[in-house]
Amino acid sequence: MLRLTTTWIRRNLVVIAGLLTLAYLVLPNIIVMVFSFNKPAGRFNYSWREFSTDAWQDPCGVADMCDSLSLSLWIALWATIGATLLGSMIAFALVRYRFRARGAINSLIFLPMAMPEVVMAASLLTLFLNLGAELGPTTILIAHTMFCLSFVVVAVKARVMSMDPRLEEAAKDLYAGPVQTFLRVTLPIAAPGIAAGAMLAFALSFDDFIITNFNSGNTVTFPMFVWGSAQRGTPVQINVIGTAMFALAVIVVVAGQIISGRRRKSALPK
Amino acid sequence: MTDKKAGGDVRLTGISKTYGSFTAVHPLDLTVPEGSFFALLGASGCGKTTTLRMIAGLEDPTTGSVFLGDKDVTDLPPYKRPVNTVFQSYALFPHLTIYENVAFGLRRRGIRSVKKQVDDMLELVQLGDKAKHKPHQLSGGQQQRVAVARALINHPQVLLLDEPLGALDLKLRRQMQLELKRIQTEVGITFVHVTHDQEEAMTMADTVAVMNGGRVEQLGAPSELYENPQTTFVANFLGTSNLIEAEVAEAAGGQVVVTAAGAKLRLPAARCATQPRTGGKLLVGVRPEKISLAHADDAGDIADGRNRFTGKIADSSFIGVSTQFVIDSPVCPELEVYVQNIERDPRLVPGAEVVLHWNPEHTFGLDAAQDIDAGVETVEETA
Amino acid sequence: MTVTEAPPASPAPAAPEPVLRKQPVRRKLVPYWLLLPGILWLLVFFALPMVYQASTSVQTGSLEKGFQVTWHFQTYWDALSEYYPQFLRSLLYAGTATILCLLLGYPLAYLIAFKAGRWRNLLLVLVIAPFFTSFLIRTLAWKTILADGGPVVDVLNTVGFLDVTGWLGMTEGNRVLATPLAVVTGLTYNFLPFMILPLYTSLERIDPRLHEAAGDLYARPSTVFRRVTFPLSMPGVVSGTLLTFIPASGDYVNAELLGSTDTRMVGNVIQSQFLRVLDYPTAAALSFILMAVVLIMVTVYIRRAGTEDLV
Repeated sequence: MLRLTTTWIRRNLVVIAGLLTLAYLVLPNIIVMVFSFNKPAGRFNYSWREFSTDAWQDPCGVADMCDSLSLSLWIALWATIGATLLGSMIAFALVRYRFRARGAINSLIFLPMAMPEVVMAASLLTLFLNLGAELGPTTILIAHTMFCLSFVVVAVKARVMSMDPRLEEAAKDLYAGPVQTFLRVTLPIAAPGIAAGAMLAFALSFDDFIITNFNSGNTVTFPMFVWGSAQRGTPVQINVIGTAMFALAVIVVVAGQIISGRRRKSALPK
Repeated sequence: MTDKKAGGDVRLTGISKTYGSFTAVHPLDLTVPEGSFFALLGASGCGKTTTLRMIAGLEDPTTGSVFLGDKDVTDLPPYKRPVNTVFQSYALFPHLTIYENVAFGLRRRGIRSVKKQVDDMLELVQLGDKAKHKPHQLSGGQQQRVAVARALINHPQVLLLDEPLGALDLKLRRQMQLELKRIQTEVGITFVHVTHDQEEAMTMADTVAVMNGGRVEQLGAPSELYENPQTTFVANFLGTSNLIEAEVAEAAGGQVVVTAAGAKLRLPAARCATQPRTGGKLLVGVRPEKISLAHADDAGDIADGRNRFTGKIADSSFIGVSTQFVIDSPVCPELEVYVQNIERDPRLVPGAEVVLHWNPEHTFGLDAAQDIDAGVETVEETA
Repeated sequence: MTVTEAPPASPAPAAPEPVLRKQPVRRKLVPYWLLLPGILWLLVFFALPMVYQASTSVQTGSLEKGFQVTWHFQTYWDALSEYYPQFLRSLLYAGTATILCLLLGYPLAYLIAFKAGRWRNLLLVLVIAPFFTSFLIRTLAWKTILADGGPVVDVLNTVGFLDVTGWLGMTEGNRVLATPLAVVTGLTYNFLPFMILPLYTSLERIDPRLHEAAGDLYARPSTVFRRVTFPLSMPGVVSGTLLTFIPASGDYVNAELLGSTDTRMVGNVIQSQFLRVLDYPTAAALSFILMAVVLIMVTVYIRRAGTEDLV
């Protein structure tokens, strides 16, 4: 019996180890969710006291939190638009054209991803200080667009590279001018890559703390609010927001899976 | 695009293409008559696809001009040329349905009501029931037919086909060859077809241009190319040739006599690609199927006036309709001989002494100052 | 037949001399127009700040009187001699977290790539989903999990785990919170998805038939892994370790939220020098040294691992 158990464990070692890692990954989310129903004794929501839905009934009940949340969403939206536009253009140029200084440009795109965030944050702050720029939403937006750009380039480039250049030639051969070719063929085929890049940019910008910490001045984004509350006291509403975003993301992803699964099924040849 | 003016020939004048220091196509003059099925044949990298792409406008020629009829289209971008292409591996738009793929060209030209034309075209290629499918749901042969339909629906003056059958398996390829030939006869449009498959070129085309190293080696009807190759490359690339290095003994009165390792061979002077000079060298060629084999014991039965010499069977392989022999002879090592399986002589086995003989009229002569193995398919090339 | 052919030997057709056709200049400029805005953005807001930071690091002065470039390289020496413990700690914590990420992440990536079957997408979602809760909130959750006297710490204590980590200098007594172990746990947790995703991508590309082929050629399962699977997943290992180590080495959030003053990393020093002490030259010098160290380590690592195309 014991030997059977050990053999079973050895056979499934990878599965057991993998599931343990998964538990490690998901555990904090569960804690965040459970503690969104807590009624803490003091200012800090670190230990369990009693069940309550107070925070869920009044998610914006903490001063300034929802303002910081909407500011973060706005900054993430504009940073995503900017980075996706600029990054996609670079990706197309890198894959589809020959030009000088390709190596230097590749390094310039790679370096922001190979740099500890605190270094970028600090150096950007020296720039703004030296230029006498006022720190605020604009400087945050500039910084976010900068560090999201490289990630968009990588995502879009991967997609465009796997695209057969003959498709564009075929479009031109079939009387589509450069603009039509781009709109009708290139863009639709590259769209998944661009969407992936945009989603990544949004997530990176929305959740960014270190670069924002250096370049925000007195502006408070949602991560800045959480950071501040870690010192002053953590309202339960933080957990409510965290749980809601997690649930929303899971729902969106699962719904997307189901829809694309149905579409694939209905598109199968009879 | 749809009007068919007289004199719709494709003319290339002095057209060439260089990439840096590499010359893909040497300056070339070529006229493809209207309504013909024209093949550009050659190994990969010979410049055939580049030539095709210059006609399509996908590649800018370094020198020279492209004419469609009397019109110089050299500076026209591809989307303004009345020319359509069936791409290698088809390049069907993966995000569009078959219907929208076929309608693509019509829509770009601002034609509103495309339904009838698209339906008719899908019927022509027998894919009417697949209109709503996406390309990846179709088999290779079906995708190939969509690619043809997508190009043909525009009634181009010229249809360009870039290795259109390369991705299909052998059986389907044979079927599609006949299909394409049928469509071409039906619609009467000029087809320019690029291929590396000599059998495909000979089956389908009226005229074949054999390209090698960026130049046209020879051009003509398939039978002409096969029977009268002008270079060793053509002789070896189209089918198989036995090429024998020989010395010219006598060249007078329409007949050339050469000697090779003691054997005396004759050939018509008219079938020499070069002017033979007495005492000079000549490559003498004969196709494997023209040669007859006789066992050495029957040597006396061979009629007079035929080219003949002796050899020894090194290898034989039975392939159904014929038996292919490899013969070692002092005249030429590793001669190939194909013998039809009408009455098989049981004595013709490896090791047997034989006499090879053939009608001198079936012999051709080539310039000896060229690579005797040019165009021979090596294992690396076919792999 | 009206077909003719240029004589192969002659370089050009007989009649008109060939005219070289020029490419239109406009078309050649397209890539530059596409690159211009993005590259300009990176030059101004990424490259130029590096220059400003370099210049700041050799300035002297004070906040009231202003700073001047005096080529005062002494700052670098002073910064290093004062803060080398934080530097070494950063590299040690980041390195430990990276190795832990690899050890923890590989089985999960392997599980998703080869064993998950129809659960594959669900598991991938579970790896990515935590991203959507702000990482600060999730890091704060570790304060609850690792709380003194909590169930996790009790279990670790009972099985003797804390004795081992205590012997290694990672914990002290019966506590986990405010020790190096807590910081490394947080770092490992925060950057684990950055290890799993590249690993999964490169594992997923491996044809399962290669495993069968290796087995067919007399390789035991452990040998298959050592000789086939792991070498083929190297690109994922390389980019995963980089994506983990680089951000971890500059992080100060985990040290701040989960650690104590004894676990401060170089990121904490840069942050406080820049934002609280306002000693810009020292902060800039430290940031520059961190950048140099990371870039050198990354370059050497990439060279040795033999994968240069990460972009």
